[in-house]
Amino acid sequence: MSPILNPFSLFFASIFTSNILLANFLGMCSFISISKDMKSSNGLGLAVTFVLVITGMANWAVLHLILIPLGLEYLRYIVFIVVIAAVVQILEMVIDRVSPALYMSLGIFLPLITVNCAILGVVLFIEIRAYTFVQSIIFSLGSGLGWWLAIMALSAIRKKVDKAPVPAGLQGAGITLITIGFMAMAFIGFSGMLQVQ
Amino acid sequence: MSQTKDILKNNLWDNNPILIQILGICSTLAVTNLLSNTLIMTLGVSFVTALSSLTLSAIKKLIPRKVRMIVQTLVIAFYVIIVDILLKAYSPEISKNLGPYVGLIITNCIIMGRAEAFAQSNPPGLSFWDGLTSGLGYMSVLMLIAFVRELLGFGTLFGYRVMPMAFTSGGYNWTIMVMAPSAFFLVGILLWISKSIMLKNETGGKK
Repeated sequence: MSPILNPFSLFFASIFTSNILLANFLGMCSFISISKDMKSSNGLGLAVTFVLVITGMANWAVLHLILIPLGLEYLRYIVFIVVIAAVVQILEMVIDRVSPALYMSLGIFLPLITVNCAILGVVLFIEIRAYTFVQSIIFSLGSGLGWWLAIMALSAIRKKVDKAPVPAGLQGAGITLITIGFMAMAFIGFSGMLQVQ
Repeated sequence: MSQTKDILKNNLWDNNPILIQILGICSTLAVTNLLSNTLIMTLGVSFVTALSSLTLSAIKKLIPRKVRMIVQTLVIAFYVIIVDILLKAYSPEISKNLGPYVGLIITNCIIMGRAEAFAQSNPPGLSFWDGLTSGLGYMSVLMLIAFVRELLGFGTLFGYRVMPMAFTSGGYNWTIMVMAPSAFFLVGILLWISKSIMLKNETGGKK
């Protein structure tokens, strides 16, 4: 593993070349179902980015300050998922209290996020690639923005595809997956420039 | 007896987790470039789905509705840790290849989906069978994808060379088959084929 030391490279690599969704297939379930509607896509993208940064920091701290000193690494899956669920729950309450308007637009997406693979995936990547605290923040922010960008792009494309004459058997999920395939090709086209490991 | 048969048929074809419900492709598509990785990964998913359905169905009366989700997640995480530890002990090589994706079985939507849709309202034995067959339906589709990707990308099957060396070298190799986009295309094409067959059967049945 060769950690990229330059924070800018890490940031751009996690948005484009190693897009959490298009290169690592994380967060597909909600991606396909929500991308039908552009407004919800935007809300979910924002929520995912937000939760990612916070859980990225929280889980890094839990891993390095609690689990590793106590030698309890084998419990990490359970601990990570509990931390994610707790962060989402707290966030829901805080947002509800601080900004009801934001709660109205994010509220319904927050419970969905606990089981979004992208969140747990990023946390596990942070652990496996042994990122430092600052690198973890940059990586989770970049991944969140990358996911947001991908879902917005897909929902915009789907709007156009809806009006196109697609063969009956390919309608719905089929054509969506092939569209995602083309998007993935475009994103991976950048991978000659930089890669995140 | 007929019920178990129905569940099998339902999960393998009529209601296949991937082809019809498009669930749970998140964590496993990433490892479909090699057959051996896919086999281990989908076996892990089947194991976790079957046992967590069994457990959750057995204790469903004890769980208050409000904390249902978190209990489900914890039970699933418990079985995933078992899979992870077993893999690390018996095939460290594959465990390393799979990397974070073993842990990601926790967030695989199929497992939660079966626990919620089936195990909630059925006895433990049937739930176990339902989880297992869902896993098998899932496995069959992903193995098909891995078969195409490994054959065209590396020219091998389970690591054994099938295609001549010239097929995968000398600038003619299908790098795209090794990389992420091919998995999306293949799932899309499989969906197309299966949906076309179903549409045909439907109209054929009406005539």
